[in-house]
Amino acid sequence: MPIPSSIVTLVLGMILVLGGLWIGQNVNLLPTDASANAPVYDELFRVLFSIGTILFIGIVGLVLFSLVRFRRKPGQLGDGLAIEGNLPLEVFWTAVPAIVVLFVGLYSYDIYDRMGGMTPLNHGMDHSAMEHASLMSDGSTPDGAVSEADSRVWGGIGTGMASRADGIAPVPIEVTAMQFAFLFRYPQGDFISGELHVPAGQPVSLRMEAKDVIHAFWVPEFRLKQDVIPGQPTVLNFTPTRPGTYPIVCAELCGPYHGGMRSSVVVDEPESYQAWFNANNKLEVSDA
Amino acid sequence: MTVSLTPQSDQPGSPLQPTGWLRYFSFSVDHKVIGLQYLVCGFLFYLVGGALAGAIRTELLSPISDFMPRDVYNQVLTLHGTVMIFLWIVPVVNGAFGNYLIPFYVGARDMAFPRLNAVAFWLIPPAGLLLISSYFITGAAQSGWTAYPPLSITTPASGQIIWILSVLLLGASSIFGGVNFIATVLKLRRPGLKLMQLPMYCWAMLGTSILVVLSTPVLAGTLILLSFDIVAHTGFFNPGLGGNVVVYQHLFWFYSHPAVYIMVLPAFGLVSEILPVHCRKPLFGYATMVYSIMAIVILGLVVWAHHMFTSGTPPWMRLFFTIATAFIAVPTGIKFFNWLATLWGGRISLNSAVLFSCGFIINFVLGGITGVALAQVPFDVHVHDTYFVVAHFHYIVYGGTVFVIFASIYHWYPKVTGRMLNEPLGRLHFLLTFIGFNLCFAPQHWLGLNGMPRRVAEYDPQFAFINQISSAGALLMAISTLPFLWNVIASAFRGEIAGDNPWQALTPEWLTSSPPPVENWKGEAPLVEEPYGYGIPLDQIDLKAASGSDLWSSGK
Repeated sequence: MPIPSSIVTLVLGMILVLGGLWIGQNVNLLPTDASANAPVYDELFRVLFSIGTILFIGIVGLVLFSLVRFRRKPGQLGDGLAIEGNLPLEVFWTAVPAIVVLFVGLYSYDIYDRMGGMTPLNHGMDHSAMEHASLMSDGSTPDGAVSEADSRVWGGIGTGMASRADGIAPVPIEVTAMQFAFLFRYPQGDFISGELHVPAGQPVSLRMEAKDVIHAFWVPEFRLKQDVIPGQPTVLNFTPTRPGTYPIVCAELCGPYHGGMRSSVVVDEPESYQAWFNANNKLEVSDA
Repeated sequence: MTVSLTPQSDQPGSPLQPTGWLRYFSFSVDHKVIGLQYLVCGFLFYLVGGALAGAIRTELLSPISDFMPRDVYNQVLTLHGTVMIFLWIVPVVNGAFGNYLIPFYVGARDMAFPRLNAVAFWLIPPAGLLLISSYFITGAAQSGWTAYPPLSITTPASGQIIWILSVLLLGASSIFGGVNFIATVLKLRRPGLKLMQLPMYCWAMLGTSILVVLSTPVLAGTLILLSFDIVAHTGFFNPGLGGNVVVYQHLFWFYSHPAVYIMVLPAFGLVSEILPVHCRKPLFGYATMVYSIMAIVILGLVVWAHHMFTSGTPPWMRLFFTIATAFIAVPTGIKFFNWLATLWGGRISLNSAVLFSCGFIINFVLGGITGVALAQVPFDVHVHDTYFVVAHFHYIVYGGTVFVIFASIYHWYPKVTGRMLNEPLGRLHFLLTFIGFNLCFAPQHWLGLNGMPRRVAEYDPQFAFINQISSAGALLMAISTLPFLWNVIASAFRGEIAGDNPWQALTPEWLTSSPPPVENWKGEAPLVEEPYGYGIPLDQIDLKAASGSDLWSSGK
């Protein structure tokens, strides 16, 4: 007696789902995670990867099965079955993707929230923005027509969450992007570095501005990217976690040497960061 | 049409129009001639765009910039994007197949505005030549096909201005075509033919043309403002003069996201025509297919800011555009499930047209899955402007639309020329294209996730090997064009005679001679109320046609 097709379908479906989940959880396509929000991102990635794998393998399987099972064999004449539609089936495959998409949307909203994306711009960012503003106010207004009063600071994703929780003030750093380099100014020590040094485990707040064209600040290991826009300061907050040296990549076409516009971020242990900071500090009294 | 002249003689058309091969170089108003003009012209530009892609992949063989100067590389990538989008995909899926098929499908002798139609086509060659010649005269634009200011304001002005002029001409051509399609589908239907009896491609073209007419003028306006910024030093987008660069991005993507649907919706329509014929089954779920096209049109207009998640958009905007974008997956999913259901239980001829259509389904599903992922802000923030996006986009436009263009050429070639294409060569073409395409673009997902940004001439040496694999795939894609070209040219002279209706299809273009006469039918246009009336009802399986296993599996 042949096995009823419904049981075969059920078993295949279970294998597909379990296989997709396994692949999603065990195949790693991402670089190391080096910031507080990278593990959160990777969690979302694994969920999307699992769902995507299940869908893709399922649909490819259906196409291949149909092409083999329903192919016209030599000498066969005549048509297939005259099935014009099936309303319950249509409702089913409208509802299921809608639910999946809704689930994914809500889940990514949650992830987004945990990464600090939903903090109101002029509220959560207040802290760092104000600090920057006070630091900037001593004479150096950004050139262009943006005055201090009406300059809206646009926030990237990434959170100063740790700072609110632990009460640790984020390290303020001013990033200037230009063709074809990033410059990092440490206002607490009044010095400029070509390489970004940040202490592990401490929140960092980048206030970024471009001098000429749009650039983008991207650290793949932090899973963070923010465009650096001329005439429009942007803020990017993050908390590095894993000491090491990671690339900073410009991700927005900015001219002939766009591909060469790279720098690196060095995540130091807090002590070695302090040592590096003190070695470069130009202010007589360090307030760090 | 005042004189009731039924075209009885074999001498086509008015004597003012050239007749032989010369008519393909003339200002012909015959929709079939214009369709072929679009197709051949588009294909020539595809070869140019492909050569540019080859140059890009050659440069990326090594992690250093060694094949061409860096500014030339940026010109090449700008030209590649512009040529492929504005001179190949949009004109071919809209102009070529739309012009050839829509009058047949609505039962008309020609498009609603034949002269406007010819003008729309004849804007394309000069615009394309202008664009390409800018490389040789002054150096082409080098700010990408997106032309974001301030980069587009600061790079050499002459190339950028020529680029803007060219895109404006192509946009005008596209709008003329869109107006024409809307008028033809809505107003030129044969008496007795209802909207819900139209072949699906008409609906796809109606939806596409609505998008064209609503969004292309926005692009035109934006580019005109950009050209003012460049030549008259106005400050719309120039931050040095108080302009705002992000406004340009909003305006640009208000056109350029719908442009993706302008490129894929017609492809959806074409697949809906091809599959039922070769599966010998009705198109599954006609009504839901129509509604999903219209849902894609509406949603497609309100998702543009998902291209700008890293541009500093406010959180509420990111959330709205995430959800709107992700929901496009629902109507798109309906269409894919309907195609799968069309395959299911069919009597499928595994010819080149079906293979390319199924290749399209597989590639586009992958592109769609990465698309839903990219719609999620946190996901996008990492991979935006990286090779992940390059891979996603090419899975949509090449794996999706270009595969469908090839499927359509295999499907309609017998109608257009009266001769069949060589089937083994077609399958070889499919095999090479499918393997080459996936070899080229699948690894790029990994490149993007691991830190390779797009539009770079030099990159981190750790990515060299994967880039070389990708370039090998690109080479295979280039080689795959050869059997196709040979097939198309040789079959035109020596192919097997096709007859009027080699596929036993029911749609109206097959109910006339191959190639069709001027004004499409001798005598009255056929009234096709069931364009997908294939298949045998379940209760009357023809005993002579059905094989033994069919009877066994249906329980008789």
